[in-house]
Amino acid sequence: MWKKLFAVRSMLLVGAVLFVAGACESASEDSTVTIGEGDAVQTAEQIIDSDSAVDSVDAAPVEELDVASVDLSAPIPGTQEDLVQNVGDRVLFDYDSAVLTPEGRRTLERQAEWLRLFPEHSIMIEGHCDERGTREYNLALGERRSHAAREALIAFGIDPSRIKTTSYGKERPYALGHNKESWKLNRRAVSVVN
Amino acid sequence: MSFFEGKKRSRLYRRGLGAFIVVWGIALLLTLAVPIAPARADLRVDITRGQVEPMPIAVSNFFGASEEAGEFGRKISEVIARNLERSGLFRPIDNRAFIQGSESMQSGPRFADWRQINAQALVTGRVQVVAGDRMEVEFRLWDIFAEEHLVGLRLGSVSGQWRRIAHKVSDEIYRRLTGEVGYFDTRIVYIAETGPADKRTKRLAIMDQDGHNLRYLTDGQQMALTPRFSPTAQEITYLSYNQGIPRVNLLKIDSGQQEVLGKFPGMTFAPRFSPDGNSVILTMATEGNSDIFEMDLRSHKVHRLTNNPTATETAPSYSPNGDAIVFESDRSGEQQIYVMERKGSQSRRITFGKGRYMTPVWSPRGDLIAFTKSHRGRFYIGVIKPDGSGERILSQDYLVEGPTWAPNGRVLMFFRKPSHNPDSSELVSIDITGHNERIVFTTTDASDPAWSPLTP
Repeated sequence: MWKKLFAVRSMLLVGAVLFVAGACESASEDSTVTIGEGDAVQTAEQIIDSDSAVDSVDAAPVEELDVASVDLSAPIPGTQEDLVQNVGDRVLFDYDSAVLTPEGRRTLERQAEWLRLFPEHSIMIEGHCDERGTREYNLALGERRSHAAREALIAFGIDPSRIKTTSYGKERPYALGHNKESWKLNRRAVSVVN
Repeated sequence: MSFFEGKKRSRLYRRGLGAFIVVWGIALLLTLAVPIAPARADLRVDITRGQVEPMPIAVSNFFGASEEAGEFGRKISEVIARNLERSGLFRPIDNRAFIQGSESMQSGPRFADWRQINAQALVTGRVQVVAGDRMEVEFRLWDIFAEEHLVGLRLGSVSGQWRRIAHKVSDEIYRRLTGEVGYFDTRIVYIAETGPADKRTKRLAIMDQDGHNLRYLTDGQQMALTPRFSPTAQEITYLSYNQGIPRVNLLKIDSGQQEVLGKFPGMTFAPRFSPDGNSVILTMATEGNSDIFEMDLRSHKVHRLTNNPTATETAPSYSPNGDAIVFESDRSGEQQIYVMERKGSQSRRITFGKGRYMTPVWSPRGDLIAFTKSHRGRFYIGVIKPDGSGERILSQDYLVEGPTWAPNGRVLMFFRKPSHNPDSSELVSIDITGHNERIVFTTTDASDPAWSPLTP
């Protein structure tokens, strides 16, 4: 879909500068959609797949190809997609726990480095839970999770004013199953770039 | 005191309904319906007992001299019969079996005709349409075996309110035949859910207790959760996301006017009104800790009621006299239910069974606290006495959650995600005896029901 838009737009563009600006814009739109649908544990293969698909389908002028392939293989630095693919936007928790795992702590350390690279960005950390609790308790538990992630980022040197927290309790599951695998993926704190 | 009275009433309620006919006779002589519970020593409240036999009742079409009035009369009778049937306490007799017609009953019922079809009680009535859009409805309730007129009522209203008239008549029948206040002229506010689970739209919706007159109160742009009725005004407090943060809101039902309650530094949730309607009790979470606060709606002053930096304390609910608050806390390691004084002092734990106990809600009668419980991957709805005794489980499934009380404290409603389809969500009502469990029809998936007080 976005490829079509992209093609139409690029035909209309005259100057190279304008063209690049247009590409940026459509790329960022695209990244928002991807986040909304939430495949953050997307694998490298999938990314390469979609990349090569563009190469094979699009037999357009060389300039266009270059821009398009750059957009897809490497998300624009500083975007949510960049955070998702190159850093990791989320940390997972054990059942009924808001204690960071060693892996979660490493992810947050990378997030802290990333935030230092983009000092103009602030983030909202959303705490989430699996479905095995009441609405009220899970709102509280989600808040504890987002707070734990925030505290870690602060400990890694990020200015507290750049990190807000909220909780969605069990209201916004990432995985839709009713089993251990889904519950595990749903117990999470997700950093969202403002 | 009130507890004792509750127990006596329970006994009355549990007895065969045939016994009520005897009770009416006495009640009429004394003109006092409530204190006549025959408290026999051999009777006890026991939900394992089989279901009571519903009382056969004939609800005749209310008579109307004009075609228009007759049509209203037919519809009103239908709503009354459905209300009584849903309560599980009555069995309306199919009106095709009726021998005596509505018109001839204007000069009184022929009791033999009604005995022949085994009716124990009979409802008759008459509708008059006056001055275009107004109607007057007169109804009478009869004891077929005693051949007595038990109660009568005349109600006037604009014709558009005919369903409310039917509900008020139903409440009066229920009151005369059970000795309890009814709950038919009430509404349910709930969360209407549509769309896939990961981007579900959750809107505030309101309907009559029988599912009619559905209206949406929010547009679904912001996720809405956990609505609660004001006991005194046409207002609802609920959770709405505001710039991505959960905030307790106050909404006026009729005007749609709303505000975020208070200037809290953290997210706020799990609100409930005090019994006098002057305060809202809620949870604020900040810095990874949830505690309970009370806000005066007139002065907007806020009092902290719990202060436990290492525990999650939430889901507070007032006792009906406002002196005490029941809430959940994981201060012992996992969630359990505690009762504290209104000012926040002297809390004591009341649940000690296996599993976690959550979302306690005090009955409007004061005699019971309803709760959600989870244990080994299943959820339960139950009731327990405020002193922690007499725990009973009423319903269970993959997920059952969020009980709310009918204003008479006899029926609970909650929401359920059943094992066979945990992606769906439905409202369910059940008697506190554990009988008469029914799905409450809603046009979309639904959750978080809250029962209104009786409409004045």
